[in-house]
Amino acid sequence: MRPKLAVLKFASCDGCQLSLLDAEDELLDIVGAIDVAYFPEASREYIDGPYDLTLIEGSVTTEHDRERLRKIRDDTAMLVSIGACATAGGVQALKNFGDVDEFVRVVYAEPDYISTLSTSTPINDHVKVDFELRGCPIDKYQLIELIAALLAGRKPNIPTYPVCVECKARGNPCVMVAHGTPCLGPITQAGCGAICPAYNRGCYGCFGPSESPNTDSLETWWQGLGVTDDEWIRTLRTFNAGAPTFVEASTRTETRR
Amino acid sequence: MSRTINVDYLARVEGEGAMYLEIEGDLVKDLQFSIFEPPRFFEAFMRGRHFTEAPDLTARICGICPIAYQMSAVAAMEDAIDVTVDGQLHELRRLIYCGEWIESHVLHVYMLHAPDFLGYQSAIHMAADHADIVKRGLRMKKVGNDVVALLGGREIHPINVKVGGFYRVPTRDELDAMTTDLEWAYEAAIETARWVAQFHFPDFERPYEFVSTVHPTQYPFMGSRIVSDQGIDISVEEWNDVFEELHVERSNALHARIKARGAYHVGPMARYSLNFDKLPAELQALGAELGIAHECRNPYKSIIVRSIEVALAYRLALDIIDRYEPPSSAAVPVTATAGEGHGVSEAPRGLLYHRYLIDAGGLITDAQITPPTAQNQLSIEEDLMAYVPGRTHLDDDTLQWQLEQAIRAYDPCISCATHFLDLTVRRS
Ligand code: SF4
Ligand code: SF4
Repeated sequence: MRPKLAVLKFASCDGCQLSLLDAEDELLDIVGAIDVAYFPEASREYIDGPYDLTLIEGSVTTEHDRERLRKIRDDTAMLVSIGACATAGGVQALKNFGDVDEFVRVVYAEPDYISTLSTSTPINDHVKVDFELRGCPIDKYQLIELIAALLAGRKPNIPTYPVCVECKARGNPCVMVAHGTPCLGPITQAGCGAICPAYNRGCYGCFGPSESPNTDSLETWWQGLGVTDDEWIRTLRTFNAGAPTFVEASTRTETRR
Repeated sequence: MSRTINVDYLARVEGEGAMYLEIEGDLVKDLQFSIFEPPRFFEAFMRGRHFTEAPDLTARICGICPIAYQMSAVAAMEDAIDVTVDGQLHELRRLIYCGEWIESHVLHVYMLHAPDFLGYQSAIHMAADHADIVKRGLRMKKVGNDVVALLGGREIHPINVKVGGFYRVPTRDELDAMTTDLEWAYEAAIETARWVAQFHFPDFERPYEFVSTVHPTQYPFMGSRIVSDQGIDISVEEWNDVFEELHVERSNALHARIKARGAYHVGPMARYSLNFDKLPAELQALGAELGIAHECRNPYKSIIVRSIEVALAYRLALDIIDRYEPPSSAAVPVTATAGEGHGVSEAPRGLLYHRYLIDAGGLITDAQITPPTAQNQLSIEEDLMAYVPGRTHLDDDTLQWQLEQAIRAYDPCISCATHFLDLTVRRS
């Protein structure tokens, strides 16, 4: 029996699940090895659980979704959250820092029609998650590696070191040293292949915090490059705004001010 | 007699929406197309962000058409601060947009829509019988993604687009390396158009008001004027004079309408019908050969139009690469000035309008984003209303599938419009 896969979404942009369909060279081999039992973005077919592996994209923002998630957890052997929305609340977690009623009023003329929780939270705030894949969006090769490893019962090769390591591997000159461009690479988890520095741009942290990052020292470095407190806070509060390390660092700067 | 058709989740669309249809005799008694993709409040949290952040932030509205968001955002911001990006930088923007049309349209044609016509649940199922066709589609899609990844750094949420231009521009060699694939793909797109044109299409045409941007000489990607075939001809600044968005109960997306008349239609059929004369002669001839000379009003046939637009995108990409001379600078300098800016561009699924107010410090004080699917919502509902009468003899499964297919013809991006299609048909 081929292992049964489900791919589902919560509040998100669909980009992370699209990564699977973007694996054009590998897709037919992948679907040959696993049984895509439920993947509504790609198929009308609905095969009941239980599933061997469920990939979840998106964050939890409604009471209804919170309930739905509990049922999904009960129906799958392994649950993997994919992308910054599912692992940190996504860009929509910016509402965690604001007044949600105000947010509803800005966007909708009839606020009473909208039901939403006051926060956008990652999947593992609600249920046990077996693995978290970072990125906004995730990297498709990391996804393929993860699926292959989980189904083979081995440990996936997903490093937790910072982007700087990938810059060295790619031969990128350091954009902070060479051009004085502020970069979050030193505190951001690798996985993308150091794309931004390869395009003369500082990393903006879309893979979330690396393991034990030194945010204080990077903040001091950025100040030396002329970055204001507001800019520093805004940079930490984007696609991984809800990641605890980024919340702490940005809140520390905010309260100091 | 009462019949109920109930689909909990309309598949092969981007996002989460619901539909409820009640039929009495041969008439539609009630119809609701609602979007319950949970809201993400982009327009609210854009307030207080710096104007240069808009392309990266708004890209996250949609993983399928991030370039559209980035292009409408940069156009609006450049309008607000009074900066013009032209020449080769503008051509590179068109080139990366070609890549997005290709990856998004080919995804739709091969993986989301064609399986309907051939009776498969998905492209994965279709591959079991038509492996070569599915492989051709995947290869065509990859060529589009390669264009986006080279110019943008990666396929989804590219990192290289900014207000003023790019962080890094490609070399001649990098672009030249793509021409062989693009030439193959252009021919493959023409074969694709001929392949899909043989599908069986329901006999169904609608008197849509088509709306698209226009350009004096080119098939539109980014434009400054917006026209319709019923007399609209406005500059982008006049958007809010002519269009409005209403918030209706049962939906987390706003419904856009023409103030004076109501529903309208954006997307490939609108672009094609309003800009047919801007297509290269070879593609005009192809359209005529496939039975859609000048215009197409059958939503099921949008799959032919998409295929022709894919061919166009490969052709344009080749032309842009052929004429490419690396610009001396990757971007024009930008500085904050207080003001209002409007931007439109043609996302694969239709016109995308952005408007921002920024203050003297460059912070956004107000944002308005009108995505294509919000604009097509009324049109989708009207299609379903018009489709059912005369077809109630169809069994539930067939009718349901054809209605789903009509919705998918729009390539609705419900994540954009806010996303879950849950189709319920009740007969009494
Ligand atoms: S993490 Fe980013 S790419 Fe993935 S679903 Fe969320 S917004 Fe989209
Ligand atoms: S360099 Fe940073 S911001 Fe850029 S893609 Fe990689 S993790 Fe994301």
